[in-house]
Amino acid sequence: MTLTTEKQLEMLRSMQTIRRFEERASDDYQAGAIYGVVHCYIGEEAVAVGICAALNADDQIISTHRGHGHCLAKGADLNRMMAELYGRQTGYCKGKGGSMHIADFSIGMLGANGIVAGGIPIVTGAGLAAQLEGKGRVAVSFFGDGASNAGPFHESINIAATWKLPMLYVCENNLYSAGTIAADTLALSDVAARAAGYGIPGVVVDGNDVMAVYEAAEAAVNRARAGQGPSLIECKTYRWRGHTERPGQEDPRPKEEIEEWRQRDPINRFATSLMEHGLLTEEAWQKMDAEILAAIEDAVKFSEESPFPEPEAALEDIFAES
Amino acid sequence: MQKISYAQAGSDALIEEMKRDPTTFHLATSAADELVNEFGSERVRATPIAEGAFTGIAIGAAGSGYRPIINWGMITFSFVAMDQIVNQAAKIHYMFGGQAKFPITFRASVGGGRRVAAQHSQSPYSMFMNLAGLKMILPSTPYDMKGLLKSAIRDDNPVISFESNRLMGVEGEVPEEDYTVPLGVADTKREGSDVTLVALAWLVHEGLAAAETLEKEGVSVEVIDPRSLVPLDEAAIRASVQKTGRLVIADEAGPTAGASAEIITVVTEDSETFAKLKAPPKRVCALHVPIPYSPGLEDHVFPDRDNIIAGIREVLDAG
Repeated sequence: MTLTTEKQLEMLRSMQTIRRFEERASDDYQAGAIYGVVHCYIGEEAVAVGICAALNADDQIISTHRGHGHCLAKGADLNRMMAELYGRQTGYCKGKGGSMHIADFSIGMLGANGIVAGGIPIVTGAGLAAQLEGKGRVAVSFFGDGASNAGPFHESINIAATWKLPMLYVCENNLYSAGTIAADTLALSDVAARAAGYGIPGVVVDGNDVMAVYEAAEAAVNRARAGQGPSLIECKTYRWRGHTERPGQEDPRPKEEIEEWRQRDPINRFATSLMEHGLLTEEAWQKMDAEILAAIEDAVKFSEESPFPEPEAALEDIFAES
Repeated sequence: MQKISYAQAGSDALIEEMKRDPTTFHLATSAADELVNEFGSERVRATPIAEGAFTGIAIGAAGSGYRPIINWGMITFSFVAMDQIVNQAAKIHYMFGGQAKFPITFRASVGGGRRVAAQHSQSPYSMFMNLAGLKMILPSTPYDMKGLLKSAIRDDNPVISFESNRLMGVEGEVPEEDYTVPLGVADTKREGSDVTLVALAWLVHEGLAAAETLEKEGVSVEVIDPRSLVPLDEAAIRASVQKTGRLVIADEAGPTAGASAEIITVVTEDSETFAKLKAPPKRVCALHVPIPYSPGLEDHVFPDRDNIIAGIREVLDAG
């Protein structure tokens, strides 16, 4: 399906929002305003945005430790996201989660997760709920190449395939499992090949081409909504930054390799393509970027002006009140 | 009133609650015909033997508006799903700021006595008590089983139902009409004035037998059954100890950092109760070893009524 110009521009805006959000989050982390650990998605934006562009508002996704991109692509609020990173009461999790645990159940974002592969069974449960409900909703599991080597990946896909759950399993293969070369830990170079073992479609797509990702997602979503079960989509991509934003960490990746992938920038590539097709002007692109930067500035201001939670709030929300 | 077994009381609670609430469904590594016939294969599913996956599936479905009931079979198998229990189920409501509810019931048998050795004879309640975010019940009678399990299924949080292997065939009176037993309310199984025996699961029955024997010697034992470990009815335990001045705890689990240790702390950290103690508290627990197979070895490791009597005598002798 050809997407409307409006929709394509919205996708570009979403990708650039992820990038600008994370550039600012990284700066503010280095400055000490954001605590703990921050994992940046920069370079992989086409995956989250391409997949989420094929979803409806009531479809559900689950994320990983590298979750900002999935949150924003599903429509999360910039203010509440930044406020969560800032540890404020107004954040998505009232300051209890931080960067690694942002969730917004109201938009079908079931949470970032600090355990590699930990979210895969959980979102498969959302797929079961969608099947029991019978309203045609789908659920999407985002995970990395590292998670594809872990038991929950195989166990969950086997169940989803057996029960024909309306699921997309989206592997973001960024070539590195934290600090380890993924190829050294994968028995096959393509994670998608594993789909054959479960009798489901498995496709490899260029994860830096947002339209290619979108088209693969659309096919898988249609299949899932039609009751034909799950699909595995492997998006080959690359993160531009280290595993985390922590200063001084070892990064095994050659500088030339990083630079080579930066040349394949998914955002620049999409913007250039839109310009070539006469759907975007350089001026409009500059204006869009300025609007995004202003929105992020507003989110930072919102966060700075928001109160920290009262210390006693640490004792709240352990259990839901019936 | 009808008399049914502890196991039947659990099944009855499950069926009644699944009839009552169409958002409930059941996952286990086998699908009982009785359940499939009643509720169909959509709501009663046999899973692969992959506890990590189906435990996580329960979490996701619960966060999406359903009320899953999971049967791990033996508690042993829950350890395969520890990431989903410890990192996910226990924390997910809290770490996302309370924005979604996760009503899940996990059922599992616990305890020894079946000559099935170390892996299948465990009572690891305290491993789960140590986590914030999980509730847990430990019924000792058919009545409590049915009422507590119904409360667990209706609760909006993850609740683990620890169900005693040794009690499955034990019968007791259970009303035919709908009732629940609230979580966090202990039951005084026998009133007494000389010593408080806090007993768990099967050891409630051993404790009552011990109390009968000791009554003939003029010793009056109060038997308290906490029934749920989280929340724990601290007030009932303290009130009993304030009355008797003495505390013995009987638990089929080992003593180290166990529920028994927590119950002693409930008493000794409270200055009002501590002041009433006439003797040091005493634990009557399994020995701190993996459970062995051969009958003589296994029986040596687990406490019974004789160990409880000895423990009570020790406390009485101490003051």
